[in-house]
Amino acid sequence: MIGNYPVHLAILVLLWGYIYTSWSLMGRLGLVSFGHGAFMGIGAYTVVMLWNYYGVSPWLGALAALALSAAVAVVIGYPCFRFRIVGHYFALVTLALSEVARLIITASRDVTGGSLGVTPVTALNEGTTIALGALQFSPKLIWLAIVALFWLGGLWVWRMVDRSMGRLALQAIAEEEEAAASIGIHVTRAKLRITIISALMTCVGGILYAQYQLYVNPDTVSGLAISLQMVFGVIAGGMFVMLGPTVGAAFTLLLAEGLRLAFGNKYPALDTTIYGVMLVLFIIYMPKGILGAVLDFFKRNSGRRP
Amino acid sequence: MSDIFDIYLLEAVLNGLLLGGLLALLSLGLNLVFGVIDVVWICYAELIMCGMYCVYYLHVQYHWPLILAMLAAIGVVAFLGYILHQFVIRPVLSAEPINQLLVTGGVLFFLQAAATLLFGIEFRNLGVSLPAVHFGEMSFSAPRLIAFGTALGGVVGLYLLLTKTYVGTAIRAISQDRTIMPLMGVDPARIFAITSALGGAFAGLAACLLVLQYDVHPAIGLSFGPITFLICVLGGLGNLVGGFIAAFIFAQFIAVGGFFFALEWGYVIAFIFFIAAMFWRPRGILSK
Repeated sequence: MIGNYPVHLAILVLLWGYIYTSWSLMGRLGLVSFGHGAFMGIGAYTVVMLWNYYGVSPWLGALAALALSAAVAVVIGYPCFRFRIVGHYFALVTLALSEVARLIITASRDVTGGSLGVTPVTALNEGTTIALGALQFSPKLIWLAIVALFWLGGLWVWRMVDRSMGRLALQAIAEEEEAAASIGIHVTRAKLRITIISALMTCVGGILYAQYQLYVNPDTVSGLAISLQMVFGVIAGGMFVMLGPTVGAAFTLLLAEGLRLAFGNKYPALDTTIYGVMLVLFIIYMPKGILGAVLDFFKRNSGRRP
Repeated sequence: MSDIFDIYLLEAVLNGLLLGGLLALLSLGLNLVFGVIDVVWICYAELIMCGMYCVYYLHVQYHWPLILAMLAAIGVVAFLGYILHQFVIRPVLSAEPINQLLVTGGVLFFLQAAATLLFGIEFRNLGVSLPAVHFGEMSFSAPRLIAFGTALGGVVGLYLLLTKTYVGTAIRAISQDRTIMPLMGVDPARIFAITSALGGAFAGLAACLLVLQYDVHPAIGLSFGPITFLICVLGGLGNLVGGFIAAFIFAQFIAVGGFFFALEWGYVIAFIFFIAAMFWRPRGILSK
């Protein structure tokens, strides 16, 4: 029997690895979004609210959450891409989106519990440890399997996107938007497609997070802080290789846990302090992230040998 | 009944005007830095937090007179702005523009966490209470009146600096054409460093005004950072006049929205207005 703690860590690494992978689908093609907190929040809160108030099974709730995420992605994405809002402006418009999500959840405190957060009504008791309809499981190994499955699915989507014509189109757009348009690439459509995929996947991440933790809070699933966490996790790991976002998730989590084990809770923010310094150094000296730099290193070494 | 209703609404509108002054001052430094160096300091609000802690510690722990503590804080944050530019921004000036935005995000994490580590998560209050100012049946908080006045003073001061001095002229010239100006004998590295220190000084000034009204804690940057960025974007990044107008528009949405609904809904309305305005004028409200 494996202890619960390593399993818990593995679940978190794979879950965040999956969410970071979803973000990178856009990020690596020049669409740096600070708005993914909104999609995670929509996923987590739609499902929990429908379950708590109307007893709607999370399986159906997930459909509603996905529909809502897609709608938001289109409402924000379409005008952004149509009116050529790129770079800093895109980052800051999406930043407004994730703050809107956080503020709406916090402000509707009569329904959502505000910043105190909310717990899904439990379907588990001493007899039942698995409630399939309520998507609540107490054995952690089940969660490990579920999260691993979604993580692999995320990597599969990455691969599919990589092999498609759409990726070439998006890469061309990221290089030079006008030139891409002039050779017949439908810029708005290409960007919108990848945005919807990325938003839907992030929304699923939010749902899984809520159902696994059985607690959600506007600050842990939406808002600027969580959106920044996604962006920087990806940068630390490496945005341009398939496993980079997962490496980023593992790195940040293990750094935090390692320091916590070494120092206890004496220095509460030590991990983020070190993490912040490392991020700055990464972006300046290692813009391809940990995994990108490691791969480059091996490529150089193998190139030297005849 | 309707008379009372109107005077409260008028009070909300006037308070919004005062809030607008504060927001205008908040956005000034960020906008200046962007206009000249083309970099968004995502950690701008965290610089302000450092300034607030500086005022708090110098005044409360070391019993410096408030004015002296505030001047020191402005100096400290100006120095932080200079450091930020020299050690963090300069190495990535020639990298992808988005990297410059992200690298300051790393600084945001660092400053927020370092503040938690050093000062703890307690909310700290300066303990200076200024009386409310009554005008007829309406009342306004004195710090907000001071902030409003300082903001106007700051804008005028910056305008004079940019138009009347040699350094100001050089700053404007660099912001118009970065490649030509070095040929005319203006050293861009020096101008960037001066601008960064100036941006930091404005952050410090904002900190002095904020610490009069709000408790300081490590996460305070997250509560007014986003709105500062959005004001700058709404006004057109780097456009000082646009940012000034945008601050007052935002403040009215927050004050009047908060008057009719809860305060958070005022913010929600303001942010949604921002997103809609971006689709209407993607380069800011004053763009052609």
